[in-house]
Amino acid sequence: MSKPKIAIFDFACCEGCQLQFVNLEEELLDLIGVADVVEWREAMSEKSQEYDIAIIEGSITRLEDEERLKLIRSRAKVLIALGACATIGGVNKLKNNFNDLDEVKKCVYGKDSKKPHLATQPTKAVDEVVDVDFYVHGCPIDRKEFTYIVRCLLLGKTPEIPDYPVCVECKAKGNPCLWQYGQVCLGPIIRAGCGARCPSNGFRCFGCRGYTSNPNVDAAKEVIDKFGLTVDHLKTKMVLFGSRQEPTIYG
Amino acid sequence: MAKTVNINVHHVTRVEGHGNIVVNATNGKVEKVEWQVPEAPRFFEAMVRGRSYEDIQTIVSRICGICSITHSLASTKAVENALGIKVSEQADKVRILMHYSEQLQSHVLHVGYLVAPDLFGLPSVVPLAAKAPDAVMAVIRLHRLANEWSDLIAGRTTHPVTLKPGGLTKFPTAKELRELQERLKNSVADLKAVAAAVLSVAGNLPNFTRQTEYISLKQDNPPTYTFYHGDITSTDYDGAVSIHDWQSVANEYVNDQSTAKWTKWHRDSYTVGALARFNNNAPLLSPLAKDVAKMFGLTQGCCNPFMNSVAQLVECVHVVETSIAMIDELLTKGIKPENVKTSPKAGKASGCVEAPRGILFHQYEFDRKGNCVGADICIPTNQNHAAIQKDFEKFVPEILDEGEDAVRLKLEMLVRSYDPCISCSTHMLNVEFVR
Repeated sequence: MSKPKIAIFDFACCEGCQLQFVNLEEELLDLIGVADVVEWREAMSEKSQEYDIAIIEGSITRLEDEERLKLIRSRAKVLIALGACATIGGVNKLKNNFNDLDEVKKCVYGKDSKKPHLATQPTKAVDEVVDVDFYVHGCPIDRKEFTYIVRCLLLGKTPEIPDYPVCVECKAKGNPCLWQYGQVCLGPIIRAGCGARCPSNGFRCFGCRGYTSNPNVDAAKEVIDKFGLTVDHLKTKMVLFGSRQEPTIYG
Repeated sequence: MAKTVNINVHHVTRVEGHGNIVVNATNGKVEKVEWQVPEAPRFFEAMVRGRSYEDIQTIVSRICGICSITHSLASTKAVENALGIKVSEQADKVRILMHYSEQLQSHVLHVGYLVAPDLFGLPSVVPLAAKAPDAVMAVIRLHRLANEWSDLIAGRTTHPVTLKPGGLTKFPTAKELRELQERLKNSVADLKAVAAAVLSVAGNLPNFTRQTEYISLKQDNPPTYTFYHGDITSTDYDGAVSIHDWQSVANEYVNDQSTAKWTKWHRDSYTVGALARFNNNAPLLSPLAKDVAKMFGLTQGCCNPFMNSVAQLVECVHVVETSIAMIDELLTKGIKPENVKTSPKAGKASGCVEAPRGILFHQYEFDRKGNCVGADICIPTNQNHAAIQKDFEKFVPEILDEGEDAVRLKLEMLVRSYDPCISCSTHMLNVEFVR
């Protein structure tokens, strides 16, 4: 069997997820040994239009980017959404909370905001434009999870991604609950798989891996009641990575 | 000699973000030379409005994956200045240690993975690993060290999770610091090996100079080769400007060529980054860093933008040497637990630090509930856009006779030498020779 051709493309994002490939260090060279990386602008000068697997980083904020993404999809057998910007829209979706995008543009570019090259539209995750075959969650992605998914793909297996909340991993690590310390942590409703990285460092979960497919809204409500907070407190944190896609939690 | 050269590099490779180069020359006459930045704008300054002072760092860290620690530090300092929040001496030191890890990570990535292939005449680090395996392995070891150093202090390698207004959520233990210090001491051999490898091909750095203004931080008390504290200074200006007056230095304006804003101070362009810091602060470098500068013949007042990569190598040595000493200071005093509580307050202020690629400014205003009502961010790559354009205008006529391929390569190398981080500024590199 010939080596599968992989191409990596970036849209609106910080490119921190691609950086995790470089952070694989020697393992990156191993990966390149089993797959043929044919395009990766951040690290290589080579370019190609033929690939089996397209890895998409970033969210979609312009019409021209939607067209480019559709073209990539039509060429690729498998499409992977890489990182929160691609999987759920990420912080770029904060923009969508403002109904008037002209005002958003004016806020940053002032009187020049009408220039055509500054055009923008509401932020979309990759699967709001094309079909996605695999998701690599997180902001940034966890490089171990990424290599696991690629390994599964090369072996023809389906990767198993956790669909339970961050609290499960956090408890298993024996961390004290950050709610006890006055932090509004999204652990109860966010998808695990990160090893509870943030709470383990004393920082609340802010939801970069997106919600579990069936978030335990009742449990979340119980927690906020217990600590004398309101749904609004929770929503101000949920909005960071989950703008306009929060599961309904009625107070 | 009559030459017709048309270049249109759409999305320059091996840089962070998207940028285009357009060159149009007919019969030896340059008609158009343009540096364009078409990155999709993300509107961070608008998006942070309405968000709590506690969440600003989490959002703006995402401006850039490569310098996320720097953005987190600049924004956290601005928040602290706006709300009048004090930080302990030990927290200040640990933050600087965190910041140094990113300087090393970013510089090693830039010099080792992105610039070195050009100097060895190769398209990427993959074939370079076959051609110069020992040097590449040393680069990989240094890069891993920098990342594990960030992991330890910042909670992870990209987008730190231990920073909060008032201090840190977690401090490294004495044992962890001792282990880090040992690894830093052991890394000096790799730093020397990488410097020697780059020196062996340094002749391939184009010999190009353009007099310009270099802007960076400067710290007098105590005198420090600073990345974190101090005031703004420049090679055109003897004094120092408070970081709170940064807008009077940057003078941002929108240019049709780019989705990123441009800046200028005393001239039509200025330059920030490792070479700017070196030009303003070189006498304050650590001893071994000074030796490395000498090896390459790098002296204060250098106006060759290609030497920025060399200045980065010098800084790699400096941050490692300085961190070894800082860890001793921290261990002598002992790390004490902290539990800083902060409360919201109205206020407006700036925060400024040196990103690996140059000086970075953040400013925020908060209402009495501590919610952001306005932000202004000026990133280093934007500050270099005008300089890149001016370099192109001087450089292209000088190399036009070398033909399209050489012009394309040298312009790409020039852009890379600035270590642009275009997703910060919004994105960057593609050379197009227009036909």
